[in-house]
Amino acid sequence: MSIDALSPGGKRRSGRLDIRNAVRSFNAVRAVDGVSFSVEPGKITGLIGPNGAGKTTLFNAVAGELGVDSGEIRLDDQRIDGLPPHKVFSKGLARTFQIPRPFGGMTVLENVMLVPSAQLGERFWNTWLRPGAVAREERKNLEKARAIIEFCGLTKVERQLAGAISGGQQKLVELARALMADPAIILLDEPGAGVNPALLDTIVDRIVELNQRGMTFLVIEHNMDFIMSLCDKVVVMAAGKVIAEGLPEDVRADKTVVEAYLGGAAA
Amino acid sequence: MSGYIAYLVFFLIVALTYSIVVMGLNLQWGFTGLFNAGVVGFFAIGAYGTAVLTGPDRAELIGGFGLPFPVGVIGGMILSTLAALVVGLATLRLREEYLAISTFGIAISIQLVALNFDTLTGGAQGLTGIPRPLFATFGSPGAYNLFYLGLVATVAAVVYFGLQAALHSPWGRLLKAIREDETAAASLGKNPAMVRLQAFVLGSTLMGLAGGLYVGFIGYVSPMDFLPILTFQIWAMLIVGGSGNNRGAIVGAVGVWALWTMSGFAISRLLPVEYQSQGGAIQVIIIGLLIVLTLLFRPRGLIGEAQSVSRHVS
Repeated sequence: MSIDALSPGGKRRSGRLDIRNAVRSFNAVRAVDGVSFSVEPGKITGLIGPNGAGKTTLFNAVAGELGVDSGEIRLDDQRIDGLPPHKVFSKGLARTFQIPRPFGGMTVLENVMLVPSAQLGERFWNTWLRPGAVAREERKNLEKARAIIEFCGLTKVERQLAGAISGGQQKLVELARALMADPAIILLDEPGAGVNPALLDTIVDRIVELNQRGMTFLVIEHNMDFIMSLCDKVVVMAAGKVIAEGLPEDVRADKTVVEAYLGGAAA
Repeated sequence: MSGYIAYLVFFLIVALTYSIVVMGLNLQWGFTGLFNAGVVGFFAIGAYGTAVLTGPDRAELIGGFGLPFPVGVIGGMILSTLAALVVGLATLRLREEYLAISTFGIAISIQLVALNFDTLTGGAQGLTGIPRPLFATFGSPGAYNLFYLGLVATVAAVVYFGLQAALHSPWGRLLKAIREDETAAASLGKNPAMVRLQAFVLGSTLMGLAGGLYVGFIGYVSPMDFLPILTFQIWAMLIVGGSGNNRGAIVGAVGVWALWTMSGFAISRLLPVEYQSQGGAIQVIIIGLLIVLTLLFRPRGLIGEAQSVSRHVS
């Protein structure tokens, strides 16, 4: 099996994400303060803004880890706000973490093998009552996992514990895990942070190739080269609000954006 | 049969019974990372459940149904399962030491109920005269013990192979993922609450099973069999043997129980009579020391965890 067999969204889903008036507060602080924007299917949308702008909080709210206090989040016109993270994932939204969260005590291969939903062998009685069916399913998933691991350039480390590989490789493990589920959209939280340049090229490469195959991305990133070269559209957040959105070159020229980043010094 | 062999048989029956408890704890802690510090409580429920269901009728006590031994053991397991379900649901959101404190308290409560609910449990005297399965069939206690060793070894083997099949599969991968990082597992579509509950309940069911086997062998239950020290012995067995590995769980159960009984024997032989009652504390110190030394010098235990989970992937 090759990576060609990957089908973003499992064909039924397009990966359109609509965020409407999303609010998420921590006590008195409105970390996400009425955010609205859309991620178009098949596009790479960048989410930028200074530290503390609320980008990761928005990710956590969208992915169901935090949820929203008010507002609506729709994935392909289906409401996903209020769902717990595992349900959001099953709707076709996968995410990676700013600081990678591999299952450190498991091999890279098993990190990826974990992902397919509703595996027969995840019900322990099936391992006793239907061992043949479980083994067949494992072989199928193994083949797919190997193809994805190869696509992500991790074949050499597939037998190593995910806790023992480099941070950049761990980011690729997270991407591989996300791909294993054929998501409709992938949320990447700073895929380039702390990654050496060679690996960063690999990561960018893979994102571009996946996007060409129709995968939708929403990417938080501080690396401006990355954003400018990769994104079809950029959304800028500051202090919990969207202060600009548009084409990368327009956003870069936007005065409010420059002020937000430089704390008004440029004004 | 010489005295040594008779004692060895007796020793192995108890050690293998405990190995089932250790495998239950391994499921909870070794694979899923659930810090159950109330092991003895679920063992006690299985033991009392079996005793009440199989025991002879007594005028002043509830129960004494005189049911066949297998029915009693299964009944005890079901009671442990139900108790674990209630405890598991109530403590589902507790992590690490908070779960440990709660389960520790629950086990103490269970022991206190056993001590004080006289009409069900016989109170401090416990329940005596619990029929030992097929006892009349065997001519001598020695032969009977051999039979019982065979029974316990068979049950332990079934538990071991059943668990190995279940754990070296996608289910085992799921448990480990929850142990490693619950947030990441949830972000990948897994339901951590469900997985934690499954592991907690199934592990406790095994503890209840072991409790039933224990009663069938000893023939009586008393609250003094279910003191917190047993929880720590079981933990020591798992840590020494190798958390996350069921072979380690069995090796640890036999090894630590050997150390415990031999140290008890040594104390009774070597200490002057007037210090005998204090001597028991030395055994507890040895258990504590063993845990600390293992964690310092061989943190993965005698037999560590295997890297790969699913046997389909190796």
